[in-house]
Amino acid sequence: MTTDISKIRNFSIIAHIDHGKSTLADRLIQATGGLQQREMVEQVLDNMDIERERGITIKAQTVRLDYKAKDGQTYVLNLMDTPGHVDFAYEVSRSLSACEGSILVVDASQGVEAQTLANVYQAIEHDHEIVPVINKIDLPSADPDKVKLQIEDVIGISTEHAVLASAKSGLGIEDVLEAIVRFIPPPKGDPSAPLKVMLVDSWYDQYLGVVILVRVIEGTLRKGQMIKMMAAGTEHLVDRVGVFRPKIETVDDLGPGEVGFITAQMKEVAQTRVGDTLTEIKRPCAEPLPGFAPVQSVVFCGLFPVDASDFEKLRDSLSKLRLNDASFTFEMETSAALGFGFRCGFLGLLHLEIIQERLTREYDLNLITTAPSVIYKIQMNDGTNLELHNPADMPDTVRIAHIEEPWIEATIFVPDDYLGGILKLCQDRRGIQKNLTYAGTRAMVVYELPLNEVVFDFYDRLKSISRGYASFDYHQIGHREGDLVKMSLLVNEEPVDALSMIVHRSTAEARGRHMCERMKDLIPRHLFKIPIQAAIGGKVIARETISAMRKDVTAKCYGGDISRKKKLLEKQKEGKKRMRTFGRVDIPQEAFIAALRMGDEG
Amino acid sequence: MPSARSGTLAVYIHWPFCESKCAYCDFNSHVRDTVDHARWRQTLLAELNFEAGLTSGHQVTSIFFGGGTPSLMQPETVATLIDAVKKLWPTNDNLEITLEANPSSVEAARFKDFAAAGINRVSLGIQALDDRALQFLTRRHDLKSALAALATAQAIFDRVSFDLIYARPEQTIDAWEQELKQALAFGTGHLSLYQLTIEPNTGFAGTYKRGGFTLPDEDTAAELYTLTQAMTADAGLPAYEISNHARPGQASRHNLSYWAYDDYVGIGPGAHGRRLHQATARLKRPEAWLERVEQHGNGLETAEPLDSRSRAEEALLMGLRLTVGIDAELYYQRTGTPLNGIIDQSALSASIDDGLMVATPKGVTATAAGRLVLNRLIATLVGA
Ligand SMILES: Nc1nc2c(ncn2[C@@H]2O[C@H](COP(=O)(O)OP(=O)(O)O)[C@@H](O)[C@H]2O)c(=O)[nH]1
Ligand SMILES: C[S@@+](CC[C@H](N)C(=O)[O-])C[C@H]1O[C@@H](n2cnc3c(N)ncnc32)[C@H](O)[C@@H]1O
Ligand code: SF4
Ligand SMILES: [Mg+2]
Repeated sequence: MTTDISKIRNFSIIAHIDHGKSTLADRLIQATGGLQQREMVEQVLDNMDIERERGITIKAQTVRLDYKAKDGQTYVLNLMDTPGHVDFAYEVSRSLSACEGSILVVDASQGVEAQTLANVYQAIEHDHEIVPVINKIDLPSADPDKVKLQIEDVIGISTEHAVLASAKSGLGIEDVLEAIVRFIPPPKGDPSAPLKVMLVDSWYDQYLGVVILVRVIEGTLRKGQMIKMMAAGTEHLVDRVGVFRPKIETVDDLGPGEVGFITAQMKEVAQTRVGDTLTEIKRPCAEPLPGFAPVQSVVFCGLFPVDASDFEKLRDSLSKLRLNDASFTFEMETSAALGFGFRCGFLGLLHLEIIQERLTREYDLNLITTAPSVIYKIQMNDGTNLELHNPADMPDTVRIAHIEEPWIEATIFVPDDYLGGILKLCQDRRGIQKNLTYAGTRAMVVYELPLNEVVFDFYDRLKSISRGYASFDYHQIGHREGDLVKMSLLVNEEPVDALSMIVHRSTAEARGRHMCERMKDLIPRHLFKIPIQAAIGGKVIARETISAMRKDVTAKCYGGDISRKKKLLEKQKEGKKRMRTFGRVDIPQEAFIAALRMGDEG
Repeated sequence: MPSARSGTLAVYIHWPFCESKCAYCDFNSHVRDTVDHARWRQTLLAELNFEAGLTSGHQVTSIFFGGGTPSLMQPETVATLIDAVKKLWPTNDNLEITLEANPSSVEAARFKDFAAAGINRVSLGIQALDDRALQFLTRRHDLKSALAALATAQAIFDRVSFDLIYARPEQTIDAWEQELKQALAFGTGHLSLYQLTIEPNTGFAGTYKRGGFTLPDEDTAAELYTLTQAMTADAGLPAYEISNHARPGQASRHNLSYWAYDDYVGIGPGAHGRRLHQATARLKRPEAWLERVEQHGNGLETAEPLDSRSRAEEALLMGLRLTVGIDAELYYQRTGTPLNGIIDQSALSASIDDGLMVATPKGVTATAAGRLVLNRLIATLVGA
């Protein structure tokens, strides 16, 4: 039975990190599940066990809540949780497009932060009704009136219906639910129209196969229907229709405005396209929904196994990870220095780190990560265009007409005290200031920045300059021409391709010098002296020398105890495995990882 | 095929007791109130018998009483053991028999008895020619008694050596130059000069980690070493091994056996041996060893077979410590692996270019510069 559309409310919760989004979501589930608490607890626990066993990660967390409102009516509330980090803005956007409204959670003492702003603008773009919730009012430092003013000033939305709450103590939760019912509009749609369903997300489940999260726009989705994925062009039989409460519950059908999932005997997530429109083959809809742009990788790096024999294991592990995260890409790459590995594309640096960490932890792989790169667009003299993901593939400069690099618009919130440091950081990174306003004792700075200046260690620097008080968010604003050059790093006269990078000419020397200094610290002394050079084309722009080892010998021979010395040799052999050899030089794995973290001031 | 030469054999006897434990020392040495000397004599004898049963055809060329502090042994025990070796194995004419001795007056008083027991070479643990340094090293003796013990030893034994530990905290180049000059003036035929090493699980390890003292940096240590090479060579005692110096003919034949990878048996707690293509090690704790010997006739903890590759690595590790280096033919005979089967040839030619290795008429050797970085050099040569 489909739900009466006027009783449906689809909403997301958006917030800056740590403002209380997850806590509030838990509270809402708890408050609405109260009626059948005993029954629920059992089922929820069962479900959790299975979940753990299967290792499902429901990425865009969705929960269907039944709420009996003060008007005596029962409403179906579909909560779509969204990831908070800028790297996953794309997923946020997908979730938002399946809802009519958003709860904007703002910490009553912290006030508006960069992600608050970024998320709320996305919600506004999706025509959402926005209900501000001022959270953590239980804290002594809470200043809800000031935060309300800030929301009006900085974001420019009314706080007339703002709810004061404490997700921790449970205060105001009822008011949040009432506000959802009252201020967020119900969806629209005709249950008897030709079927039109939005594919919001999909993931792989060991038992169910591919699970597809959907939002019905028009018509009614039923088990047994033959459906077509309009963009992919493939046809499938719907064998299961269900909702999350939050445990999985199968239902007969889903009507317009409803959110739920289907399975259709699919084996790979790659068979689904997020944003695709599903329709019934028997009675198709006329027009597909305006689909999403395909996910675009923003940051690239090479991943190589430290132990070359782990290459196949790395391939398998990447494939497995991709089953559940179609947002990163990988293709084989061969590096003269590092051997066989993969060039991988990510949504951002955090995403890169998450994947890298999962490979290390869950798949027990020892990896070398090359310096992250963005996508450069190269216009060649012969008129052709190239997209460059890997500095090693940079064509000969004489053939290049010009190079374009991606730019972002960054919004930074920072307490006054640290503003100077932040402005200098942005300036050093070739930033162009677009706006600087104050909201109380906090400044909001908007800068345009080249992405390649941000993928290094911008975020780390930002945090350290502001002692963790600055918040940061960005979106891409397209490619712009720049005076970009490839800087190579030569160790003992030999270029190490994995350490080459594309830099702006104006920052090349500083980067080069810094890189040489870092390598000098990270590469141990050898039996001979090792020059380290940074070069553009044939021209050396920075240089350091690692002097030869002076003394390394065991003075005592310990009588006939040779085993001791053999142990040392075994240790040396083990150590060698954690190194990569370039010519005669052993470079430790950490040196490559350190290239990720290129601090200006170290 | 090379055969395990049923040739020469060196015999090492370990005495695991000391009056107190020195802060730098991680040798198998223990402090006990009383030692049952008769019981130790019997058990050490039993071990000699056991090893002789396995290596009967070999000719013994040297005996070495090491420790611990073997000068605390009863001369009677030393005599019994020397006699036993001579009965159990054929020995060569000028059998070298060394005793490690601590330079205190008590021990010096027994030198005559040790000589009578058959000892013909002593190695004195003087360690420093400076009272403050001796205190820092937590030695029991002072300079005065050390010099007296040295004089006594030189009067009694033809062959005398002593040990010094240098590259001590805050030791300047000048200070060491003075100290070494003084050491050379005693005119012994042999000197062991060790740079101080901080070994794990010693008194110094903790103090050093907590920043209690600092050691000379790598460059200073290298300079100290180079100075030592020059001064000893000038005085007629050039280095024949990393830390050992001797006048012509005065090198320790016993220790040369180790470095040339000849066979040797090692008995007593914690002693190591290499014989019959096996690496042997004895139980380390004196009491455990004692019981084991009394029950089983030997104190072996392990006797692991050494394959050709292991022997080759060991022989390389030892052989390159020597100034003369490695004789390729002898190397092949002892290990069953040709020298160029273990040394990576491109690494070798690179180290020759870098001035760290040289070819000799009979094989290869490390240069003085190479010996200074021998640990790294050997690792590179075997591809690690
Ligand atoms: N004092 C107080 N703490 C809260 C409240 N809501 C959340 N928190 C705490 O704030 C932290 C971040 O909350 P979380 O829900 O994980 O934030 P999210 O990152 O937005 O999901 C946690 O330590 C919560 O316990 C509240 O109303 N009052
Ligand atoms: C078997 S040990 C000790 C022999 C004797 N018990 C003594 O102390 O004189 C032989 C020599 O190794 C040297 N030695 C021991 N530990 C050392 C260390 N940590 N660093 C440098 N030399 C050391 C000392 O010179 C010592 O005399
Ligand atoms: S250095 Fe010699 S006396 Fe000191 S503890 Fe070690 S073995 Fe014993
Ligand atoms: Mg959370």
